[in-house]
Amino acid sequence: MGRFWAIFFVATAVIAVAVSWFSPALHWWFPGDGKAHSNLGLRIDDLFHLILVIVSITFIGTHAALGYVLWRGATIKPEDKVLFSHGSHSLEVIWTIVPAGILLFIALYQMDVWAKYRVKSFSPAETEAVAEVTARQFEWRIRYPARGKKLQPTPQPDDVYTVNELHVPTGRPVSISLRTEDVQHSFFVPELRVKQDAVPGLVIPVWFDVIDRRTGKNAMELVCAELCGWGHYKMKARVFAESDEEFEQWREKIAGEQFDDGFKKAAE
Amino acid sequence: MSTLHPTLDHAGHAGDDAHGHGHGHHELSFIQKYVFSTDHKVIGIQFLITTMLMLMVGGALALGVRWQLARPWEYMPIAGDLTFARDGGQISPEYYTMLFTMHATVMIFLVIIPVLAGAFGNFLIPLMIGADDMAFPTLNMLSYWFMWPAILFFAFAAGIGPEWLTGVVGGMDAGTAQGWTSYPLLSAVKTSAPGSAMAQTWWLMAVTFVGVSSMMGSVNYMTTIINMRAPGMTLFRMPLTIWAMFITAILQAFALPVLTAAGFMLVADRLLGTCFFIPAGIVINNAAPTIGGGQTLLWQHLFWFYSHPAVYIMLLPAMGMVSDMLACMCRKPIFGYKPMVYSMAAIAGLGFIVWGHHMFISGMNPALGMTFMVSTIMIALPSAIKTFNWIGTIWGGRLQFNGVMLNCIAFVSMFIIGGLSGIFMAAVPVDIYIHDTYFIVAHFHYVLFGSTLFGVFAGIQFWFPKMWGRMMNDTVAKFHFVLTFIGFNVTFFPMHMLGVAGMPRRYADPYHFEYLSHLLPLNQVMTAAAVLMGVAQFLLLGNFAYSMFFGEKCGRNPWNANGLEWTAPSPPGHGNFDVLPVVYHGPYEYSSPIVKDKDYLMQTEYVPLAQRQTNAGH
Ligand code: HEM
Ligand SMILES: [Cu+2]
Ligand SMILES: [Cu+2]
Repeated sequence: MGRFWAIFFVATAVIAVAVSWFSPALHWWFPGDGKAHSNLGLRIDDLFHLILVIVSITFIGTHAALGYVLWRGATIKPEDKVLFSHGSHSLEVIWTIVPAGILLFIALYQMDVWAKYRVKSFSPAETEAVAEVTARQFEWRIRYPARGKKLQPTPQPDDVYTVNELHVPTGRPVSISLRTEDVQHSFFVPELRVKQDAVPGLVIPVWFDVIDRRTGKNAMELVCAELCGWGHYKMKARVFAESDEEFEQWREKIAGEQFDDGFKKAAE
Repeated sequence: MSTLHPTLDHAGHAGDDAHGHGHGHHELSFIQKYVFSTDHKVIGIQFLITTMLMLMVGGALALGVRWQLARPWEYMPIAGDLTFARDGGQISPEYYTMLFTMHATVMIFLVIIPVLAGAFGNFLIPLMIGADDMAFPTLNMLSYWFMWPAILFFAFAAGIGPEWLTGVVGGMDAGTAQGWTSYPLLSAVKTSAPGSAMAQTWWLMAVTFVGVSSMMGSVNYMTTIINMRAPGMTLFRMPLTIWAMFITAILQAFALPVLTAAGFMLVADRLLGTCFFIPAGIVINNAAPTIGGGQTLLWQHLFWFYSHPAVYIMLLPAMGMVSDMLACMCRKPIFGYKPMVYSMAAIAGLGFIVWGHHMFISGMNPALGMTFMVSTIMIALPSAIKTFNWIGTIWGGRLQFNGVMLNCIAFVSMFIIGGLSGIFMAAVPVDIYIHDTYFIVAHFHYVLFGSTLFGVFAGIQFWFPKMWGRMMNDTVAKFHFVLTFIGFNVTFFPMHMLGVAGMPRRYADPYHFEYLSHLLPLNQVMTAAAVLMGVAQFLLLGNFAYSMFFGEKCGRNPWNANGLEWTAPSPPGHGNFDVLPVVYHGPYEYSSPIVKDKDYLMQTEYVPLAQRQTNAGH
């Protein structure tokens, strides 16, 4: 029976690896076409894959070891002696130092990406805030400055508004000012690998750079990632990434609709 | 063999010594003996049975969640008619938020924490260190009975109970719905959700009671372990279970006050309008603007300052217990006893400086995120060391593949998965993406269920004979193990994939998002596996209840183990030991060459020098 159990645990590990291996093909993996659509997102994916490789090797190694000791313990003969050992100093040293080195490497290696995203260059002060995104139960309200103007912290008479539709120019870093009107929410665009909580009382700048055009049916999805009440699951919005031209045209069109009170037409 | 050893009768005379003696107690009434008992064993068993029942409650709540994820908005047979008939037997969004909140709450506060510290801590500490009871028996009794107001208040929080009494208007749809993390403002401003009204106040009260209960336990355990060890039981002869309980008690003593204080602050915000966590000028659901002056992030810091150490409170005792059981089932000393102790201490120490990893994208200072990231990655190191030592312990042993052993192996194997997924999340940039997705859900189920709960299953079977003088049925235990193990992995492993696919947690209906809609079939498979796992738990309950009365009788030491608890009668009477034990060895001298006729050496067994020299010579 012991052999059976040794195989049982090894088989579990093998199945886990196999399922992980086939997951991308089954589309149980990164959303959309599987690729990040921002440069930052690409870096995050690289890091994810690096960690995945390290972790997989560790997983396979430890489970191979586990399988071996189980098999050995299951097949030990009655006359064989049990290994009477309280441990091994040199082994302890090895399996302290080696993982410590690997872990330190991971820790240091990724700092750069985080610094880029949140701390160092591209600091939100240098990027242009295209819109203010205000989360509320249970929708996203978005405010754009009028053409040629800069986004002001407080609403302006000529601001342009949309609900659940965020339009941004593509091809360069842009930022949004994230707020919430009521409870906490979180701004999450899976395909950009961007996420930031919206915190009551704070305005948090979030920057990202969309690589390609994503318009029309192809627009990306924006979801809420922080529990905000019963309707948390229905804060469904879209992010349209367009060329500068398209973006301006769209803004003109929306502004036109917004400020059109029907009065002008009658006067003509 | 030593004359100090009147207890080695593992031939099986449970009946003869079922009632220990030695202390000349006057007769206790039934109530004093079995209800308001101050005997640590009775209290431990009370905790154990309570938590096993709560496990079923928490499991039922989880199946409610899983039902919705497999058949969103569909009529739910049986349970639907019973509990939410007025919604047409469908789960409403409010109900769904209540379900996952109460599921986590029950599992964490009423199952995992009390089963480890409350049940096993109570039952094992005095027995394993050779004491006749806890240092403060009455305090100990109170620590159990404080659980009941907590359970009652949690029920009120879930919207169960008459409206005139609880003040929760709207039944279970208005049950507490802020998640077990209870982030403000959702939890601070009563208008923010149906569950944010009275239900949340009950929830906070209940958590406070659980906290008081744990604190009473913690003080007791520390005192008992420091002061009441048997002669010869030096610190480094303590079983790892005791070390783990000791370190856990310290963690609780330092971390819990912070949660309690934070809880009071939140209650004050809700009832007195103090605004510790509420910024100014927020309008929620057309209520008057908040007066404010507070910060919601403060709660997250305080909450995680407790709750990160708490996740180790939910694991360390299981690590200790598994170490003891593994050594016994492998008939081998634990590999690297001291590194095991030091790494538990390191986990506990580091555990206090990693709380920020739950807040990487919360709006906290990003530079602070870096320090938390480094400390978090480093906490994986002692976890890794422990894993290697467990594998080292199995290596070269004569393995007994019984239910205990299988659950212990599962513990190690599942802990590897849970620990490794932690590394993805500790890497801040990756966490930007996977935070608050199902990846997190996968991670903590692998550590809390995959590790802790499998460890608990093993522990129940292992120490059952000491509790009742009878064995649990090993075949049933194995069936329970296999079904649970398969059900567990099929349910939770794919959650990693859901997380990578970007599926946020706490969603009542993820499928109306295009990028998630294709994940429904996978979720249905997971739900089926979860049901299988739920059903399998009846095997555990049945085995437990049946074996209590009809299990095979056993003597003091059915596993041929070394610990002091096995020198006491099964079950031990009031006062535990018939002769107070004296300790001569560490707890892991299995297959020691200094004894020839058997492969274990009890801690109390004195081996004369001459015998030691002749035997060890070869
Ligand atoms: C091996 C070392 C571990 C590392 C590096 C690690 C890392 C992390 C990180 C970074 C998070 C936050 C993820 C996020 O919300 O974005 C997290 C969440 C969590 N971890 Fe771990 N973890 C480890 C081990 C454990 C253990 C041993 C337990 C429990 C016994 C545990 C229980 C939890 C729980 C319950 C949560 C989620 C809490 C929630 O958001 O509801 N972790 N872990
Ligand atoms: Cu939300
Ligand atoms: Cu944590």
